[in-house]
Amino acid sequence: MGFASFLIRRILLGIVVLWFVTVATFLLFFVAPQDPARLLAGKNTTAAQIANINRRLGLDQPLIVQYWHYLDRLLHGDLGTSYLTGTSVNTILKQDLPPTLSLLVGGVVLWLIVGISVGILSATRARTLLDRISTTGVLIGITFPTFVLGLLLLFAIYKPLNQAGFHWIQTGYEGPTQSVSGWVGHMILPWITIAAVSAATYTRLTRGSLLDVLGEDYIRTARSKGLSERRVVYRHGVRAALTPVVSQLGVDIGTLAGGAVVTETVFGLGGIGQASVTAITTGDAPVVLGVVLMAALFVVVANLIVDICYSILDPRVKLA
Amino acid sequence: MSLTELEFQGETTGSGPVQVIQGRSPWVLAWRRLRQDKVAVASLIVILLLALLAILAPVIAAWVGHPPNMPYTNQGLSSTGLPVAPSSTFFFGTDDLGRDLFIRVLYGAQVSLLVGFVSTLIGTVLGVAVGMMAGYFGGWIDTVLARSTDAVLAFPYVVLALALAVVFGPSLLEVIVVISFFSWAAIARVVRGQTLSIKEKEYIEAARSIGASPMRIMVLDILPNLIAPVLVLATLAIPTAIVFEATLSFLGVGVQPPTASWGNLLSQAQAFYQTSWWYLIFPTAFLLLTTLAFNLLGDGVRDALDPRTERLFAAQRKRGRARSKGAKPAATVEGAS
Repeated sequence: MGFASFLIRRILLGIVVLWFVTVATFLLFFVAPQDPARLLAGKNTTAAQIANINRRLGLDQPLIVQYWHYLDRLLHGDLGTSYLTGTSVNTILKQDLPPTLSLLVGGVVLWLIVGISVGILSATRARTLLDRISTTGVLIGITFPTFVLGLLLLFAIYKPLNQAGFHWIQTGYEGPTQSVSGWVGHMILPWITIAAVSAATYTRLTRGSLLDVLGEDYIRTARSKGLSERRVVYRHGVRAALTPVVSQLGVDIGTLAGGAVVTETVFGLGGIGQASVTAITTGDAPVVLGVVLMAALFVVVANLIVDICYSILDPRVKLA
Repeated sequence: MSLTELEFQGETTGSGPVQVIQGRSPWVLAWRRLRQDKVAVASLIVILLLALLAILAPVIAAWVGHPPNMPYTNQGLSSTGLPVAPSSTFFFGTDDLGRDLFIRVLYGAQVSLLVGFVSTLIGTVLGVAVGMMAGYFGGWIDTVLARSTDAVLAFPYVVLALALAVVFGPSLLEVIVVISFFSWAAIARVVRGQTLSIKEKEYIEAARSIGASPMRIMVLDILPNLIAPVLVLATLAIPTAIVFEATLSFLGVGVQPPTASWGNLLSQAQAFYQTSWWYLIFPTAFLLLTTLAFNLLGDGVRDALDPRTERLFAAQRKRGRARSKGAKPAATVEGAS
């Protein structure tokens, strides 16, 4: 089984998953008791006006026809237009992508760096003060729900700093194109918020996994060969210890998308997560479909990358 | 086996000739171990106290004289219309409508504990049923069930939960349904794995050979062996459910005001963190204390039921000791270099 056939199979599978997501979301929103036409027209409208809007949006046609039209547009790269504002969903997603992307990429980098490095330190210095501190930190990190951590960071860091006249850390979003420092100032608290829970979980995972690996016979062999401790731990230990960590990553990608919704809401970043909350609560089905499809695409692609990394770390794993 | 168990055995054999030697079931032993675990006992006490406060919330409200939804527009709000700070009248201060925050936090505990227990119960029953069927029957049943378990686990659940919340209309029942829907998968996965190994045991083969039905084998022969791991998972699922409820209510698709829940209290407090610290801090403290207590208790239960497993949180003393042979030279080499 070569790499190419693996890739083709996974991409086909991904397309099936995405198709399934469109069907599920489509059905879900047609079971919903909301009436988009009424939503659009406001309170005092005649039945004729409503029928008119329904015709314009194509909502008077049978469900299967509506779905067919949706799929047809989708394959041409058109995600439809928002019921509420009339803007194209493509535009909305494009506008809201930068804050979400900044948040996710920065968050994952912070989460992996902190989680794995603290885990390694903690395992190689098991039962020392440092290990105790990190285990306590893990406990605190796991206990804090994402939105609570965000609120507490606003309360304990953002508020006192800004009251003291130190305005680097800000809420809202500012792109890195104007000033990188400004971007980091806006993103640093959201990054910490979204990364904390996962970093704590990964610290624990890495620590446990590395402790297990360091007890293996081949590590003893490596030590008895006279290799330096650094080489034993990093070349022989960490590589094997990271495989369960990476496989866990695939499962946690979905959680990350949820974390983005909460974090964006707390810090007012105005990304795709926040847009999805608004769209869902107002019953703006085309926007919801677009967001969910995007989230699903993200999960599918991220899982593919995770699986490839997995096979690089552990050569015994065959890509299939 | 802990030291005290050995001591106890010594006592029973050593004293008096008229000794009844009792067999101790694994459950009695587990309970003994749990009682030795100070952290677990403290967590249990915290949870019981919290449950007591939640149950007695109406009584406390009547005693203080502040109903949960009563706005005290004169005493409860400052001259500028902001919440007032904690005082002897309002123990935790007031919220933005001048309601007694202490009473509302207690009522919030009702919601949290109710959602935590009920949705964990539903999720556990579902998870055990699905996991056991997938593991026992195998074949296409396993493929379908295991795939859907993975799908639920991998899906960005907050997004789907939001959608379901809107479709069914936000309410307490909706919150419980949504959380149950997402909590079964983790349990099903573990139960499936356990069932796969249990069903290869000889006594299952024996049961099958005397013609026991699959249902009978699953309920009478497999289920009892699953109780210990499921109990641990369920204890750890409760804080997850509580946090989930708080998150949904925080996003405005969970429990709706005026019913108080820690999540919607915090959602309202969000606008006042600059001026009224108590509004943010008290619900936060209760939420954190509750999740912490359940997590630590779950850890204790795991230790008590299976002393070999490593602790989730506390420094891993047992493991450290077992590995001291391997770990010590590492430390010295590191120290020298």
